[in-house]
Amino acid sequence: MNKIKSFFSTFLLIELLKGMALTGRYMFARKITVQFPEERTPMSPRFRGLHAQRRYPNGEERCIACKLCEAACPALAITIESAQREDGTRRTTRYDIDLTKCIFCGYCEEACPVDAIVETRVFDYHGEKRGDLYYTKDMLLAVGDKHEAQIARDRAADAKYR
Amino acid sequence: MLNIEIDGKQLTVEPGTTIIDAADAAGIYIPRFCYHKKLSVAANCRMCLVQVEKAPKPMPACATPVTDGMKVMTRSETALKAQKAVMEFLLINHPLDCPICDQGGECQLQDLAVGYGMGNSRYAEEKRVVLNKNIGPLISTDMTRCIHCTRCVRFGQEIAGIMEMGQIGRGEHSEITTFIESSIGSELSGNIIDLCPVGALTSKPFRYSARGWELTTRPSISPHDGLGANLAVETKNNSVFRVLPRDNEEINECWLSDKDRFAYEGLNSPERLQRPMVKRYGEWRECDWPEALEAVAGGLKRVRSENGDAQIGALASPHATVEELYLLHKLMHGIGNGNVDHRLRQSDFSADANLQGAPWLGMAIAEVEKLDSVLVVGSTLRADHPLLAHRLRQAVKRGAQLNLINPVDDDLLCDVANKAIVAPDAMVQTLDQVRRALAGESVAGMAGSIAASLRQGERKAVLLGNLAQHHPRYADLHAMAQQVAELLGAKFGFLGEAANSVGAYLAGAVPDEAGMNAAQMLEEPRRAYILLGTEAELDSYNPAKTLAALQSAQLVVALSPYKHHALDYAHVLLPVAPFSETSGTFVSTEGRAQSFSAAVKPLGETRPAWKVLRVLGNLMELPGFDYESSEQVRAEALHGDLSAKLNNRLKAPVAKPVGAAAGGLQRIGEVPIYHADSIVRRAAALQKTAAAGVPTAAMNGETLDRAGVVEGMDVIVCQGAGSVVLKAARDDRLPHDCVRVPAGHPATAMLGGMLDEIVVERAG
Repeated sequence: MNKIKSFFSTFLLIELLKGMALTGRYMFARKITVQFPEERTPMSPRFRGLHAQRRYPNGEERCIACKLCEAACPALAITIESAQREDGTRRTTRYDIDLTKCIFCGYCEEACPVDAIVETRVFDYHGEKRGDLYYTKDMLLAVGDKHEAQIARDRAADAKYR
Repeated sequence: MLNIEIDGKQLTVEPGTTIIDAADAAGIYIPRFCYHKKLSVAANCRMCLVQVEKAPKPMPACATPVTDGMKVMTRSETALKAQKAVMEFLLINHPLDCPICDQGGECQLQDLAVGYGMGNSRYAEEKRVVLNKNIGPLISTDMTRCIHCTRCVRFGQEIAGIMEMGQIGRGEHSEITTFIESSIGSELSGNIIDLCPVGALTSKPFRYSARGWELTTRPSISPHDGLGANLAVETKNNSVFRVLPRDNEEINECWLSDKDRFAYEGLNSPERLQRPMVKRYGEWRECDWPEALEAVAGGLKRVRSENGDAQIGALASPHATVEELYLLHKLMHGIGNGNVDHRLRQSDFSADANLQGAPWLGMAIAEVEKLDSVLVVGSTLRADHPLLAHRLRQAVKRGAQLNLINPVDDDLLCDVANKAIVAPDAMVQTLDQVRRALAGESVAGMAGSIAASLRQGERKAVLLGNLAQHHPRYADLHAMAQQVAELLGAKFGFLGEAANSVGAYLAGAVPDEAGMNAAQMLEEPRRAYILLGTEAELDSYNPAKTLAALQSAQLVVALSPYKHHALDYAHVLLPVAPFSETSGTFVSTEGRAQSFSAAVKPLGETRPAWKVLRVLGNLMELPGFDYESSEQVRAEALHGDLSAKLNNRLKAPVAKPVGAAAGGLQRIGEVPIYHADSIVRRAAALQKTAAAGVPTAAMNGETLDRAGVVEGMDVIVCQGAGSVVLKAARDDRLPHDCVRVPAGHPATAMLGGMLDEIVVERAG
């Protein structure tokens, strides 16, 4: 009996028809594919993407070289060197994040007492060489400058939960 | 003995113990800010409040002596409530600037606030602000952070001997300040950085450079004075970031002199030599190690075959390690002569044949504090031995009589019973008078009172300082001091000049009968010199003569961590590691051998000097240079019982009859505290202190008048062919016909002997 059943099902392409029926159903269903990069999915203000260093509105960098982010980083991706700047303030002379080490946990952002190091919504960055993903202070400040409006909006949106 | 109970633990303690001491001994922690085991009890922070049974209120544990049957609760509800309340009060005015505070991560207030503080402050009013003080190049201040524990004030009064900081105002207006905004000049000032429980006083050179948690701590030994202070060298990324004390009750207690603490800046100096350099056809050029070592070995072999063994001389720094000095000794003996010496600043070697061992302190460092009467001959104590001077100060505080025979009268910050401030020439005479007074002759004047003072007390000592050891009649001083000590039944010792002054003797960095000593090697210039770690023109008794000898040599090999004036006279420069980059041993002035290992890797192509000397031995085809570790070298250099090799006594202590003092002016050339060795000379912050200022020619008023100059005028100071223009200064505490011109400083490096005749003329 089973032999006859399998003979007919093979011969009449039942499986194929079943598959085509599924395809046919999805043809008329609601589309969920996003045409990246023209289209993007909605994001949380808490999204943890590429890091940025922020500045105050007067252009002064926020970071005060307290090194709490460096201490909090579980992947040891942050390297900071600090010194006294000519005006007597405490500043970093080097602030590097190795994005190949970073696990995007957001602890650095959480540790920062002055909201200087933040994670932005940017996730579509790339590097052609390994070294390209070694972000220095200038690169991080540039990211911050570029996305400051969005960063500030996100911080404001999340402020009451922090 | 009293029986008490702390937190349910039964303890038996001595009467008079305070609760906090009893608890510390039992391993029970009571929070505290103002209490410090080495300082007096102030009980002003109130953090150590504990509950005592039957006491109506919580009691400060630091100021409450135990009584029999006392029951103390340190963690009870009452105690905790009191401690938390105190913490809340302390935090009222403390700024919330931990992220930019250098104390962050190693702050007592921060730590205790975690345990006793509240999450939020109930204080909504304005916090007070206190202006920062500029107290010099070593310590930076943030006085708003101060919690008025007064540890720094008490340190000044009780340990440093000079109250440079004090508290003014009351209540909220109280602040800690220096007296009329002056900077701090104590040679122990750095300790208040460690004492400060908050970030009010922090290290200026270290400012903002690293966090405590990033640094790796490695134990080491101070390479500066003879004390052998125990250091904790803190490193990051293979460089030294700061130096802290390591507790050792027998040596430095918990203190460190500023020289030990801040000299590390010299290790990171831009003047560091990183690659070997060879001078070819008058041009310096960098090369690799094999080429440099071949050049050295070839050159030495040539001098040896053309001019004989005796034409090679080795001058070593007493700041070099035992291993280095031993290998240098072995190298020189392998070459065939014993021309090796570390006593570059000594001028009189006539006692050498009479020596029976290595001159040392003659007692343990801790014993200095227990002396009843002391005679110190020729020493700028506070500059030469900051922490030994502190021990002496404690002894004086206890009631000891300190007597001095000295050419200079610097403030020792303690009572001096008798002081004979005499010209260097007259020191011998004065000491002889003391000796005669002790032998029963009646001697009037200061020498008589010194003798009378020395007779008192049980524990006595006669100590010879650096100025005595550099003295042109050192042998006489040595013999007389020994006789004085014998007459008194006192201990007799030497205040060791450098980290390894004793170790250098033990390692054989002194010539035997056949070899030449430092003075002879420079008096009769050799064809070739090996300089180990020394800037000979700054480290020797007579810089002018040294420089002339080195310049006339055919080959000068300088093993040094630094590019220095050797560029002018050397032919090969070999970069060798300073103490932080090599393993080694120092034997302190009390005869204690302390080994240490490297804290960081050698900079650039620098190599440990013992390895360089070992390879040099191999290249010279000498036997027995097959060491694989510095421990092997040490085992060979310091075998047997060290204490048996320490001996201050001369075989036959015969002092020459006292000669007449020469006419003319005499130089008092002491070594300033921050110019004593090559590391400290390059420590930027220390060089900005007042103690490291430009040398002056100081004279008393009468001598100034006779020379026809007034204070502040430029004078030409000449010794032999060398002359230099210095500012005249007036110091009425100096003896007549003496000119105090410090040695060891580049500005006076063209002058002659440190304690020789000198001519002063008006400039222009």
